[in-house]
Amino acid sequence: MAQYKLVKCTINGKETETMVDVRASLTDMLRNDYRLTSVKKGCEVGECGACNVIIDGECFNSCIYLAIWAEGKKIQTLESLLGPGGELADIQQAFIDEAAVQCGFCTPGFIMTAVQLLETRKEYTREELRKHLAGNLCRCTGYENILNAVEKTMLRRLGKL
Amino acid sequence: MTVGQSVPRVDALDKVIGRAKYTDDLCEKNAYTAKILHSTIANGIVKSIDVSEALNIPGVVKIVTCFDVPKFLFPTAGHPWSTDPAHQDVADRLLLTDRVRFYGDDVAAVIAETEVAAKQALEAIKVEYEAYPFVLDVQEAMKPDAPQLFDAYPNNILGHSSIRRGNYEEAIKEPGLTKFEAWYETPTVQHCHIENHICYASMEGNRITVVSSTQIPHIVRRIVGQALGIPWGDVRIVKPYIGGGFGNKQDSLYEPLCAYLTTQVGGRPVKIDVTREETFVCNRVRHAIRSHLISWVRPDGSFAARKLECYSNQGAYASHGHGIAAKGMNALPQLYPCDNMECDSYTVFTNRPVAGAMRGYGIPQAMFAAESQTDDIAIALGIDPVEYRRKYLMPAGYVDGFSKNENYFDTFNQCMDKGKKYIDFDRKFKEYQKQTGPIRKGVGCSVFWYNTGVWPISLESSSCRMVLNQDGSVQVQLAETEIGQGADTAFAQMTADALGINFNKVHVISTQDTDVTPFGTSAYASRQTYVGGFAIKQTALLLKERILKYAYELTRMPSFELDLVEGQIIRKTDGRVMISLAELATEALYSMSHSEHMTSESTYQIKSNAYSFGCCFAEVEVDIPLCKVTLVDIINVHDAGQLINPALAEAQVHGGMSMGIGYALSEQLLFDPKTGKTLNDNLLDYKLSTFVDHPHLEAQFVENFEPTSSFGTKALGEPPVCPVAPAIRNAILNATGVAINNIPMTPHILFERFKEEGLI
Ligand code: FES
Ligand code: FES
Repeated sequence: MAQYKLVKCTINGKETETMVDVRASLTDMLRNDYRLTSVKKGCEVGECGACNVIIDGECFNSCIYLAIWAEGKKIQTLESLLGPGGELADIQQAFIDEAAVQCGFCTPGFIMTAVQLLETRKEYTREELRKHLAGNLCRCTGYENILNAVEKTMLRRLGKL
Repeated sequence: MTVGQSVPRVDALDKVIGRAKYTDDLCEKNAYTAKILHSTIANGIVKSIDVSEALNIPGVVKIVTCFDVPKFLFPTAGHPWSTDPAHQDVADRLLLTDRVRFYGDDVAAVIAETEVAAKQALEAIKVEYEAYPFVLDVQEAMKPDAPQLFDAYPNNILGHSSIRRGNYEEAIKEPGLTKFEAWYETPTVQHCHIENHICYASMEGNRITVVSSTQIPHIVRRIVGQALGIPWGDVRIVKPYIGGGFGNKQDSLYEPLCAYLTTQVGGRPVKIDVTREETFVCNRVRHAIRSHLISWVRPDGSFAARKLECYSNQGAYASHGHGIAAKGMNALPQLYPCDNMECDSYTVFTNRPVAGAMRGYGIPQAMFAAESQTDDIAIALGIDPVEYRRKYLMPAGYVDGFSKNENYFDTFNQCMDKGKKYIDFDRKFKEYQKQTGPIRKGVGCSVFWYNTGVWPISLESSSCRMVLNQDGSVQVQLAETEIGQGADTAFAQMTADALGINFNKVHVISTQDTDVTPFGTSAYASRQTYVGGFAIKQTALLLKERILKYAYELTRMPSFELDLVEGQIIRKTDGRVMISLAELATEALYSMSHSEHMTSESTYQIKSNAYSFGCCFAEVEVDIPLCKVTLVDIINVHDAGQLINPALAEAQVHGGMSMGIGYALSEQLLFDPKTGKTLNDNLLDYKLSTFVDHPHLEAQFVENFEPTSSFGTKALGEPPVCPVAPAIRNAILNATGVAINNIPMTPHILFERFKEEGLI
């Protein structure tokens, strides 16, 4: 029989609590209980990165992270990036400007991976960026414009562009 | 003018903030989950199914087996329907089947309150099978004693077509000819769109609504009607944003079953959310085609005669069937015209996952055979491979007798010039021929041609509706779907220009709903911008005519002296702005004397097609002891006519190149010879290109305005994948002198070949 447990955590800056099935993934909790539908499911076994969210500053495949592990954690999904007046984050704008979006299904996961990477405030070479982004799969873009979007945002943040 | 400008995608904002809704995002939380029980034998029959234990699992609502479902055989291919029975797709599927034809066939479905309960029930169902011998290899399946999949198709041959031109047997007697002969093998690969197929169904009144991740809503409506034996109008299909399709979703997948299941639970919503493993095994795959190509070549390189045999592995059901192998075969005589040709293609059932449409529709397979041999011939004769192509490729002015397609420009040479220059082909090709040592570099090239749409084989038509709002903006609707390629944006650009309003005043309704959206056959065959363009232009002109007629009432100027430019009604004689479209539109709706809702709607039937062309140049580094290929640089050059949106065109080419790189070097589905089971049905073991498998992808264009097209545009969606694998193969040949005729060119394949050639 299903067992339920109360999970209290902070999601996109808001303190929340809900009862979850102890077998549920964080993806399920975010999508079903909080309707955070930017968290996508492409494989549900940690292969594609479509479900990536940031947990206490670190990017995870939320599909292989149990919902109950989120207890006490700070979770950030793509929905958190939009400013109060609807302002886009620089990385979101870059995805638009660089034509890095096609079907858009991988986009939320890619942006969350990029957010964590950009927050390191380090300057990476294109090759290093490729390695850091390699946990996310995209079938539409050939990754080229995604790389451009992330690189340009990085350089802008570092004042080099 | 916005056509030709790189405006941002109309859907980009919603997609980067996570607001774009895909099928699962729209489904009610309380929908039932349905899971499908797949067969664990590759061929045979289901003798009995015991669901008693499964039904006792808490949360299980209902179990439907192959013995319960209606027996209406239906076709699944996303083709326009034909009213001529001889041209209809093969109807060989049932919602669930007791005659199992591949490992993974659908035998029962569980409807449950939760996914966990549904999964537990699948495990508790007991199926008794009678297993028959099975066959996985395409040529084995053609042998007289092979297991037969369908009584109606002796030797498992679903289709056979041939070309006979001149006299092959006589032509090969010409003195001085050199014979080139090889077998080329291409693998079974999968589309791997990141969103798996998903759909949910529910009822309103006596009608069934299915929301689905599909490329082809209007076609799926017809197929659901056929599968359930109900009037087609009783079915409504809604297509929201989808996470890629690439041809897999150009088939009816689980919509018919889902529609049936909702009828079994009183019309309550039922969702089928396909897993990645099911996507690999139980959706569609690309046809593995084995080709045998013989060329008889004169000392100057010209072809005296050619013979081609293609064996296409259909898997267990007909789906798109023989069209794919036939299309691939037909590419060769047009690519390199030759007076004496004998071509045969066979599409053959085997007990493997079902092959259907996939980006390129037979042409990537055909180009691998054709363009590999082109290099073998050129090199053997000591002719530069690009110069060889210049001499023998389809010349400018060539017209195909069947499609009436014309090669209007010197496109192949223009494309190859650009590709060659980028990769520095001339210098490198010569230099790399002389290498020794363990690490060697190579450059290679390949060309292709592709059709735009399906005329004259099938219907080509598109319908469009435009509705004018009070502020002078318009809604535009087409059945041609946005599947990631950027169709909505291209349609908005074309509408703006054809009507004479600003781009930001065009609202493309992205969602197709068969109750509301005009009829059309949707996204496939790289047809959308070409075909949609005619309907858009015609509909815009009709709306403009209505607007200008109304403008006469407000301006007292004859409508033929008026025009609509950037949202203003202007007098043509002096260019004066008479009234804005916004003012006119408001007046038209609210006028106490003459109120009018300004709309237009029209269908355009297209009776033309257009050749799309291009090439790929690749540079590789081969580590001979490790048998490993690293792609160093790659460029695709395309002539897709006038580009509607260059930035999106470039992006689309990148995606196709990426798919081509995977096809060349890493992707293949493997099957257990003992059971027929798919061995690598996940994204770890199936090696789709990742971020680190690519160098920079260079995409360039030659923009020859296509004369038959209303906006000068033609196919671009599928073409980028077509030339990549043979270009990489030819680069490996340049590096090592070894011709590899099997893809993917993995270390396993290279090891065998390098050993044979004495390199290791
Ligand atoms: S859905 Fe989580 S990694 Fe694919
Ligand atoms: S944009 Fe479609 S998967 Fe990345």
